Amino acid sequence: MKKHLPSVILAVVLLLLWQGIAMIIDAAYILPSPTQICVRLWELRKPLFLVHLPATMKVTAIGLLISIVLGILLAVVMDASEKVERALYPVIVASQTIPTTAIAPLFILWFGYSIWSKVLVTILITFFPIAITVFDGFKATKREMEELLQTYGATKADIFWKLKLPTALPNFFSAIKMAIPLSVIGAAIAEWLGAQEGLGYFSKRMMTQLDGAGVFAPVVLLSITAMVAVGIITVLEYRFIKWRKEI
Amino acid sequence: MLQFENVSFRYAEDDFDMMRNLNFQVEDREFVSIIGASGCGKSTIFRLINGLEKLQQGRILVDGRPVQELKNYSAFMPQKDLLFPWHTIEKNICLPMELAKVPKAEQEKRCKEVLEQVGLSEYAPKYPKDLSGGMKQRVAFARTLLSGADMLLLDEPFSALDYLTRVDMQEWLLHQWEHYHKTILFITHDVEEAIFLSKTIYIIQDRPFSQMERVEVPLSYPRNREDLKRPDIVELKETLIEKLRRSVMNP
Repeated sequence: MKKHLPSVILAVVLLLLWQGIAMIIDAAYILPSPTQICVRLWELRKPLFLVHLPATMKVTAIGLLISIVLGILLAVVMDASEKVERALYPVIVASQTIPTTAIAPLFILWFGYSIWSKVLVTILITFFPIAITVFDGFKATKREMEELLQTYGATKADIFWKLKLPTALPNFFSAIKMAIPLSVIGAAIAEWLGAQEGLGYFSKRMMTQLDGAGVFAPVVLLSITAMVAVGIITVLEYRFIKWRKEI
Repeated sequence: MLQFENVSFRYAEDDFDMMRNLNFQVEDREFVSIIGASGCGKSTIFRLINGLEKLQQGRILVDGRPVQELKNYSAFMPQKDLLFPWHTIEKNICLPMELAKVPKAEQEKRCKEVLEQVGLSEYAPKYPKDLSGGMKQRVAFARTLLSGADMLLLDEPFSALDYLTRVDMQEWLLHQWEHYHKTILFITHDVEEAIFLSKTIYIIQDRPFSQMERVEVPLSYPRNREDLKRPDIVELKETLIEKLRRSVMNP
C-alpha cells in the first residue's frame, strides 16, 4: 500500500484542483465537477451498467481477443523468417499512420451499425503494440541460450517452444497491459462515430443534450474498467512470471 | 578420441584466419585444458567441435568419424550457467534428455542420481534464483552430464565465481571427473587452475595458430592443493605464465 501512496496523493490533489476550478467556473455543461459526475453516474447507473457498459465490453473483448491472436501470429511469422519480417514490418508500421477516426466511418459503411465495424477499429488500434512488443520479446532471446539448446540437438520448433516463448512472456503481458486501455479507447471512438449502444455512443448522446456530467460519467466508467482490467493482468503477471527479472 | 586434422577457420567478419592447419588430439577420458590470451581462438575450437561454427577446412574426428556424421558426441558448458529461470532445477537438468526424447521415468531416475552425485538433491524443486553462483554452476554441470555425451566442453565455467568458490569447484570437478570417466576439454585463463585440473595443457601462443604447445602436468590423480606448492609445479606455472605473457606482448 505504501508504494501506491504517492499516486493516491497526486490523484486526490488533482481531483481537489478540478473540483475547485469547476466550482469557480460554475457551469456544469463546460466543466462538471467530480462530485457532479459521481452524482450523474449514480443517477444513470441503470442504462450505463445494464446496457452501455456490457455493449462496450463486448466490442472491447472481441477486438482485444482478435488482436492478441493476430498480433502473436504476426510476431511468430516475422520471427520465423527474416524475409517475412522485412515484408511485414513496414506494412504494420504503416497501418498505424492511418488516422483511425478518419477511416472508422468507412467501416460503418462496410459493416453498418453491427458490432464488427467497432471491433475493426479496436483491432486497428490494438494489434500493433501486441505484434511489435511480442516480436521484440522473441528477438530478446539470448543467443547463447539458443546456441546451448542447439548443442543439445534442439530443432527450431524446440527453440521456439522451450526458449523463445517463455522469454517473450513478459513482453506479452506488457503488450496486453498496453492494449487494454487502447482497446477501450478504440471501442469508444467507434461508438462515437456510429452506434446504437455503448459508452461512447451514450457519451455522445449526453453531449447533444449539453449534459457535461453525463458526458463524463461513461468516460469515468471506461477509465475505471480499463484500470481494473490492467490490475487483473498485473496480478496474473506477478503470479505467472515471478522470474521476470532473472532473464 | 578427438582429433583435429589440418583445421583452418576464419570468421566471416574477419580478414585474418583464426587458425590455420591446426592439428591436435585428445585421448579418451583425458582432462585437457586449453589456455591462451583473450580472443586467441580457444572458444572457436569448442564452437567447431560442437558444430556451432561450420567447418571450413580440415577434419574433426571423434573416434575416427567426422563430427558432421555424429550426434550427441559432445556437451557444452559455457561460462554463464544459462539456467532457465522459469524452470525448476529438476526441469533444467532434464532439458537435454527432454530434447533427446528420453522417456519421462528414465529422465527422473537419471536426474535424481545426478543431483545426488552433485550434492543438490534437496534443490530439485527450487528455482535458479534460490541458488548461489557455485550451486548454479553445479546444476549447469549436471545438465551437461545428462546430455549423455562422453566429451564435455567446459568454457571457463568457474571464471565468474569468487576465488574461494572457484577453488572449491575445481576440487569438486575433479571428483566428478573421476566418478564419471568423461573426456573433459577445459578452457581457462587461469594457469593455476589448468595445472591443478589437467593431465595435459595446450597453449595457444600465435595468431593465427597452427599448433598448440602440449605440456604434460607431472602430477598424478587424485590431487590436492598442496601439490601446487611443489618446486617443479611452481616452475611450470611460471613457465606457462611467461609463455602467455610473451604471446600477449607479441600478438
